[in-house]
Amino acid sequence: MLKTTAAADIPSAVDPARWQDYVQLLKPRVMSLVIFTALTGLFCAGVPLNPVLAATSILCIAVGAGASGALNMWFDADIDRLMRRTRGRPVPAGRVQGADALAMGITLSLFSVGIMGLAVNLLAAGLLAFTIFFYAVVYTMWLKRATPQNIVIGGLAGALPPAVGWAAASGAAPMNAWLLVAIIFFWTPPHFWALSLTTQDDYERAGVPMLPVTSGEPATRLQILIYSLILVPLALAPAFTGLGGPIYLAIAALGGIGFLALAVKLFRDKARADAKRLFAFSILYLFLLFAALLGEHVAGVHPLALLR
Amino acid sequence: MSDPKDEAEAFRKARSGRNIAILIGLLAFVILVFVITLTRLGGNATATGF
Repeated sequence: MLKTTAAADIPSAVDPARWQDYVQLLKPRVMSLVIFTALTGLFCAGVPLNPVLAATSILCIAVGAGASGALNMWFDADIDRLMRRTRGRPVPAGRVQGADALAMGITLSLFSVGIMGLAVNLLAAGLLAFTIFFYAVVYTMWLKRATPQNIVIGGLAGALPPAVGWAAASGAAPMNAWLLVAIIFFWTPPHFWALSLTTQDDYERAGVPMLPVTSGEPATRLQILIYSLILVPLALAPAFTGLGGPIYLAIAALGGIGFLALAVKLFRDKARADAKRLFAFSILYLFLLFAALLGEHVAGVHPLALLR
Repeated sequence: MSDPKDEAEAFRKARSGRNIAILIGLLAFVILVFVITLTRLGGNATATGF
């Protein structure tokens, strides 16, 4: 579907814009997940960290994520207005002008990439720039309204922060960094589709071709199951590649069983409550996986390297 | 309908909040550049061996 309403058509602000509205443009909840996964990548690199440069890296990644959020809210204001979940956002609600969100997004993008390049290293800056571009342009402008594979391909943007963190710490992005990226990449479809099974009326009204809208609920439940079957073994892999230790292995194994059980139940029983349960569990699952890796690396627990 | 006086006051308060947020942001930026410069200069000065 083509974008029919330009962001400039959004009515001018009626309520005064408070500073909190500009913070909301940065999608602070998404930002907190990005910070957490980037921090895990930073520590997993296993190199001595300069605290100032480590903090600067995390700040740049957080601001970069916020900038893509602002650009997304600018471009998507027309469809955000049509969906219950998003109609209270500052631009569709008329508290912040679309042009202001655009200006803020561009300024913060330049700031975050520029500081990352000058203070940390060019690989991390390049990966951060690619992440912002991928979310704001490839996902938001090209894919979201065009294909039900929007969140599969676009999920790469949300998956990249651990690699940016790793590159910021070490100046390189080895296989283990991309393994973390792959885990988030394959986690995104079951996570998002479980949510979209409960909010598909919203997407239908806004004309966003989410999988439940275009292919129906049975196909979506099958796709959730397929991606879960790829994700769970993949999440065990860090214990075999010298990245995860015994705590990680235990969490990946137990969490994986829980994830698969919920995906199978959703596929079989077709209940919306199961979709909600899987959505909530997917957040806990990813959080625990990355918390285990972060905790092990901070505490100095030796990784298992079962394949070495 | 809301009182125009209250409305003006709400706008003034919101603007003042935005101004303070921008001030804090700019100060944080200046401090960040200063600290990064010290860190990078410090590292390079010891690396040269002079």
